[in-house]
Amino acid sequence: MQNITKNSLTEIVNLIKKKEIKSEELTNAYIDNVKKGKKLNSFITESFDNALTKSKNFDIKPNYELLLPGIPLAVKDLFCTNGVRTTAGSKMLENFVPNYESTITSKLWSEGAFLLGKLNCDEYAMGSSNETSFFGNVVNPVKENIVPGGSSGGSASALAADLTPATIGTDTGGSIRQPASFTGTVGLKPTYGLCSRWGIVAFASSLDQAGPMTKTVSDCALMLEAMSGFDQKDSTSIDRKKENYSKKLTQNIKGLKIGIPKEYRVDGMPNEIEELWEKGKKILKEEGAEIIDISLPHTEYALPTYYIVAPAEASSNLARYDGVKYGFRSSKGSSLIEMYENTRSEGFGDEVKRRILIGTYVLSSGYYDAYYIKAQKVRQLIKSDFDNAFTKVDAILTPSTPSAAFKIGEKKNDPISMYLNDIFTVPANLAGIPAMSVPVGRDKNNLPLGLQLIGKPLGEQTLLNLAFSMECKSNFKQDIIKWWEK
Amino acid sequence: MFIDKDKIKHTAKLARISLDEKKVESLSKDLSNIFNFIEKLNKINTDKISPLTSILDRSLRTREDKVTDGGIRDKILENSPNKNEEFFIVPKVIE
Repeated sequence: MQNITKNSLTEIVNLIKKKEIKSEELTNAYIDNVKKGKKLNSFITESFDNALTKSKNFDIKPNYELLLPGIPLAVKDLFCTNGVRTTAGSKMLENFVPNYESTITSKLWSEGAFLLGKLNCDEYAMGSSNETSFFGNVVNPVKENIVPGGSSGGSASALAADLTPATIGTDTGGSIRQPASFTGTVGLKPTYGLCSRWGIVAFASSLDQAGPMTKTVSDCALMLEAMSGFDQKDSTSIDRKKENYSKKLTQNIKGLKIGIPKEYRVDGMPNEIEELWEKGKKILKEEGAEIIDISLPHTEYALPTYYIVAPAEASSNLARYDGVKYGFRSSKGSSLIEMYENTRSEGFGDEVKRRILIGTYVLSSGYYDAYYIKAQKVRQLIKSDFDNAFTKVDAILTPSTPSAAFKIGEKKNDPISMYLNDIFTVPANLAGIPAMSVPVGRDKNNLPLGLQLIGKPLGEQTLLNLAFSMECKSNFKQDIIKWWEK
Repeated sequence: MFIDKDKIKHTAKLARISLDEKKVESLSKDLSNIFNFIEKLNKINTDKISPLTSILDRSLRTREDKVTDGGIRDKILENSPNKNEEFFIVPKVIE
């Protein structure tokens, strides 16, 4: 079948179910694309033999009742996969082969999918351009010299380039939504606790949440359905009945109240972002939603709060990399302390070191109250802003990012300007609420732009419905030319 | 706040990361900029606000204190960069 990989996940699942294509044929088509897509550098590890074996097994004994029957999937290299190395984009874990499987990937495999490969990401998910990976930067398929965003940059790139029919990422401050916006794809960060964190390499545990990255909103609903659900092994996992997101997906959004927060209109924001936001409002209004101006007064403090809380948790989480139990160990140093210091100096990259030092500093004696406790108090205020807003509205509409994707190298040496990329995405992580990015338009250079929908805790269905409605009416079309295949 | 080189060296010691002089210099510059940005938070009065320690509106689940896993020594040792059959091996700690 010609160009099967151009299809959405939902379409592919239907073709499999109608027996119009076999899993092996599908898998070979993706393997072929991955082989031709080396220039994008979106894969760290390929798992072709596994994928082909699993696809053949599926074809021999197919089960069409599953959500993802015979579907090859590449996943962000932050999810531990049994017997397949898991690097988190770091030299520290270059040769780490877990002997267990993350809960989320287990769930995907039990729904009929299988692993195609592991996708590049910023080192320990710390970055907004996929330039901090030990395995090199990832290229945005939209344009040759442009970043795909980060930290789930390999996931976004592989998805947009048809190297995987759908994928999963993790989002601590925007790492699913920003790359989705930069590549014209759909990305959802679920409510904190909806998807298990067990078996995911930890960055900042009170903010980390995994979610789907897909070509369409229907695909997003399907993937979320497959990956979400209670897990005994994650003490923050929410124990509730599983939702049937794809079956309940509807374009009917009549009567829903949508908040427009004035604080998201930031200085120096390009006109095209403003216009995109207007376009989104117009679509939702025409579809019967009510647009309401709201205020989230502490928005400007979200990013400074994030850059205390996230590094603090990271410095604690990454203390485990000591060169003893697993991962890289330096051969230099004669004492135990020297071995630790050299291992961590050689094993971690610059951005990771920077964040460990920020975190260690804000948690150190004499500074703890002034920084860490202060940030937790402001986090309370940010959460209250959302609690108040959601007494008046059902969801909030904002831009996903303050600009379209930027050039490779453009912001690499300026941490603050890199951090500012996450200005619109960070608040949802701090408040633990769901948010998704959906492609709606383009900037003057024809680069994709997304709008963000932020929802009430466990309001994923409302977000998906709103996004579905915007997707249908926005006329956004992915128009990637496969320049890397030439 | 300006984070001088001594503070960087002290923090790196706490974080068990060795740094050469050039790195100390660049981190002092980076962290000073970042802390200037972070200190925007001092503009808000938070005297009457309690810190948010969990975003879940319930306390963490507890379970019965019962062994559910274990006996996986070999699996745990499998990924160690230096080990023997039973132990992780580290540089000598006691003379």
